[in-house]
Parts: sequence; structure tokens; C-alpha cells
Amino acid sequence: MLGSIVGVLFDGLAYGMLLFLLSVGLSVTLGMMNFVNLAHCSFAMVGGYAAVWLTGRAGWPFLAALPAAFIAGAGVSLVLERMLYRRLYRASDLDQCLFTIGIAFMSVAAAAYFFGTVQQSIDTPRWLEGTVAAFGMRFSAYRLFLIVASLAVAALLVWALERTRFGARVRAAVDNQRMARGLGIDVDRAFMITFALGGGLAGLGGALAVAMIGLDPGFAFTYLVYVLIVVAVGGLGSIGGSLAAAALLGISDMAGKYYFPWLGAFLIYLVMVGLLMWRPAGLFGKR
Amino acid sequence: MASASAFFAGQVRWHAAEVAFWLATLLPFVAAPSYLSLASQIAITALFALSLDLILGYGGLVSLGHAAYFGVGAYTAGLLSKHWLGEPLTGLAISALVAGVVGYLSSHVIVRFRHLALIMLTLGFGLLLFEAANSTSAITGGADGLQGVEISPLLGFKFDLYGRTAYAYSLAVLFLCFLACRRVIHSPLGLALRGIRENAQRMPAIGASSRAHLRKAYTIAAVMAGIAGALLTQTTSTVSLETLSFGRSADVLVILILGGAGRLYGGILGAILYMVARDQFSGVNPQYWYFWIGLLLVAVVMFLPNGVLGGASALYKKRQ
Repeated sequence: MLGSIVGVLFDGLAYGMLLFLLSVGLSVTLGMMNFVNLAHCSFAMVGGYAAVWLTGRAGWPFLAALPAAFIAGAGVSLVLERMLYRRLYRASDLDQCLFTIGIAFMSVAAAAYFFGTVQQSIDTPRWLEGTVAAFGMRFSAYRLFLIVASLAVAALLVWALERTRFGARVRAAVDNQRMARGLGIDVDRAFMITFALGGGLAGLGGALAVAMIGLDPGFAFTYLVYVLIVVAVGGLGSIGGSLAAAALLGISDMAGKYYFPWLGAFLIYLVMVGLLMWRPAGLFGKR
Repeated sequence: MASASAFFAGQVRWHAAEVAFWLATLLPFVAAPSYLSLASQIAITALFALSLDLILGYGGLVSLGHAAYFGVGAYTAGLLSKHWLGEPLTGLAISALVAGVVGYLSSHVIVRFRHLALIMLTLGFGLLLFEAANSTSAITGGADGLQGVEISPLLGFKFDLYGRTAYAYSLAVLFLCFLACRRVIHSPLGLALRGIRENAQRMPAIGASSRAHLRKAYTIAAVMAGIAGALLTQTTSTVSLETLSFGRSADVLVILILGGAGRLYGGILGAILYMVARDQFSGVNPQYWYFWIGLLLVAVVMFLPNGVLGGASALYKKRQ
């Protein structure tokens, strides 16, 4: 019994960390510009397919494909932001929603066209396969790697936001965009960089997701819901909030699937609706 | 006071183009008898889009989960005919009532929120019902859909293979709902809704409680969406899980935006364009169909913000 609880906690934490990587960029950019980007998971898909292609066809090692996935996600989001998104910052919620749903639809079709609708797989190095023994239990090495890597990314992000000048600009823009502009902060530029970073992190998350939850063209919508839940529950623009919400969601989803498999995702949606009704700005949100 | 009633009287006058449009909806009976099933689907989709127009186009509430009420109507009609009675008109009325109750209850929550929380709540509510229907497969049939729906003849007319009864039925219901909708938006409630859409803070300040108005509109929209869902069940004799899916919510949003939101005829025109195009390109792999839908959405948002009807009326005004 105890073993199964620890196992569920561990798997849920690994899953939650994946969700954190996928959603943290959206959380910060949404907090900054109030731009509802429903195509965020498409950036993750770009990273995932880039990693699959690089390791499978081009023969790159897995660890080299991860930064490449980050760059692919960041590059695509940067191009889209410069060309299209920036025109819609002042548009209504509805226009932003429709526009980004349109982009997501196109990305799904494009992925199906180039890679087919099959589930993709990725070769991980030998040392990430198998299990690690600790405390009399065995843990999947890959999931352990996922947790460590995501926590490292989270620590790096918190450091960058709290300790650097750029981070101060971003925090100012999230707290009060008008005031930040008034103080001479180039919010558009800060936003562009944050958006690209967020896209890159999503790309990294997408690449790491392949070996754990798989990758197919439906990814852009299947995980969009989870990402939005993390953002909405964690509160806009809060990295700690996203981390906590992602871990909570990952663990409760795993527990739900393990202990109440017949309920499916019902429990998760119920928790989300309940939490939003209780605190519309998210658990850790300020607004 | 007299001027106010004169204003409303002027609003409700029928335009010649409207009369011509409704007469033209009878054309498929003689001109395209082999397409009556499609025409019936279009009428149902148009009704669904019309119901969304009421809350989105007029009230300004963005909903990503409007299929919830469509699905509730569809499943109510299906379960009624399977277990109790197959009489379509009673089934339609009960389905409308059930969807209305669900809509009324959820409206209390939904009208409190705006922006991301609103989008997430409507999405979450839609997904919740989808998962509920999916996991209670003993009642709903789960992913296989509800089997064994049998609809008795409508006022003595059987639902034939060509869809003659189906189209006449759907069209009549659509027209009646359209009349109701037209009445609503030209009433003080409709004016209040438009006021809320334009400035949600100002309406309460001038003495119109925005939440009460939105709740009313939301309930009416849920009733109409439920009717559309029940019509789909009754004309096709099946209920699939897809009636509750996110895809259906997204589709109806696309349809409304394509036609032009907040224009009453936008949803109907959008449904005609969308459904005919989908029928014509049915050979295309559905995966790729969504590529063009995506492109269309992007193009409409960037170049045609008020949909086809909005673009047409802007062009017409420019000419004059």
C-alpha cells in the first residue's frame, strides 16, 4: 500500500514537472500581455517533433536534441510573435482565442502531414532506461531525470526573474504594464524575449514528453487543457504558483488514473472548476 | 414613452431581404431533394450557432463549451425515446427544459467571470460533461454512442431516408426559435445585452443589473442549444459522444465568427457556408480539413473582423 502511494507520488511528480515545463511560458506571457495563446502547446509539439526527427533521422544523441528542441520552440514562437501575434495585443479575448485556435488547428494538420498520425517514439540513452533502486523501491531513471531537470529549470527561472535586471523588467511589466512603460521599460521587447523563452521551454517540455506520454498530432489540444489548468490554477505570471499547480495536477491526475480509473479525467476537471469558482485569479494569483 | 415603443416597432419591421431569405430556405424541397439530409443538418447547426450568437454576439460572453447544452439536449432526447416515449414534440420540449435548467444553474457561476477565468470555466464545464457521459457508459453508451434510439412519426409523418420530414421539422423549429430570438434581441433585454457587451461596468451604473440580464440570455441560449441537440438526435436516431466534445464547441464558434457575430443572420449564413463546404470537401482527410479551418480563422480575425455579413454590410455602406 505504502509502496503504491510512493509510486503514484513519484510518477505524478514527474508528470507534473513535465506540465510545468509546458505551461510556465504561457503563465508569464499571459500575465504580461493578457494575451490568451491557445497555440502554446503547438510550440511544444514543434520541439517534440524536432527532437524525434533529430535523434531518429539525423542520428543526434538525445542530450544534444534537447537544446535543439528548445531552440526550435523558441524560434517558431519568435517568428510567430513578430509576424502575427503582436498585431493582436489590443484585440478582444474572442479574437485572440479564435486566432490562436486557428494556429493550433493548422499546426495539428501540418504535423499530421509531415509526420503522419502515428505515435512517435524517441531513443533515450542507455543510462536513462531501466530503473534506479532507492529506499528499497525502484524508480524509473527517465522520470527521475525529468524531475531533476525540471527543478533545475525552475530554479534557473526563479533566479533569472528575481536576481537579474531583465527579470526585474519582466516582473514590473507583469505587475503593471502601464507603469512599467511609463518608467521607460521596453515592455514590447521584454515580452518578445519572454515569449520566445516560453516557447523554447514548451519545446523542451515537448521533447522530454515524447518518452513519457508520447507524441502525436493531437498533442496540441490534448495537453492544452492541462496547460491551461496549470496556468489558471497557479495564477498568472507566478513561477512558484505554476510549479505548485503543476505538481498538484500531475499527482492528482496520476492518483485518479491509478485509484479511480473509471472516472477518467472527470476528477481533474471537477477540481479545476471548483478551484476557479473559489479563486478566479488562481491559487497563487495576485489579481 | 411613445418614442420608445416607436423605436422598438421600427426595430422589428421585417426587411424584404429577410422575407426572401426565409422563402429561399424552402427551395431545397424542390431544387435539391437529394440534399435534404444535409439541409436538415444545416438548419440544426444554424440553430446552435444562433443560440451562441445570443450570448457571444450580443452579450459578449466568450464560451468554449457551448456544446455542453447541445449535448444535454441530444442525450435527453435520446434517453427519452429509448426508455420512455418516442414522440418527437414532447421529447423536444422536455429536452429544451432540461437544457434550460442546466443552463440556468450554470449561468449563476458563469456570469460572474470574465477573460481567462470565463474561458477556462466554460471549457472546463464542457469537458466535465463530456467526461461524465464518457464514464457513465452504462447509461449513455460511452464512446460508442447511445444505441437503440427510436423516434415515432412526427404528427403522422415518418422520418424518411431522404430527410424530407427531417428538414421540414428542423426548418420549422429553426424558424420559430429565430422568431423568438429576434423578439428577444429587439426587446429591452436585447438592448441591455448590447450595452453590457460594450461596457460591462457602465450598465449597472445606469441601473441595469448586468448579471441578471446575462443569466436570462444564457438560459435562453442553453434552451435553444438543447433544442438543436434534441433535433439532431431525433432526425438522425443516434446520439454520439461527439455532441458534447470540444470540437463541436469550437466548430460552432468558427461558424458564428465566419458568418458574423451579433447579427442574427450571421450564424445561419455561417452554418450554410461551413456545412456546404465540408460536404463538398468530404473526400479530404479530416486532419487536413482543419488546416483550412485554421487558416480561415486566422484570415477572418485579421481581415474580416465582423465576419462575412459584417464585411458585406461595410461594402454596402461604402457604395452608398
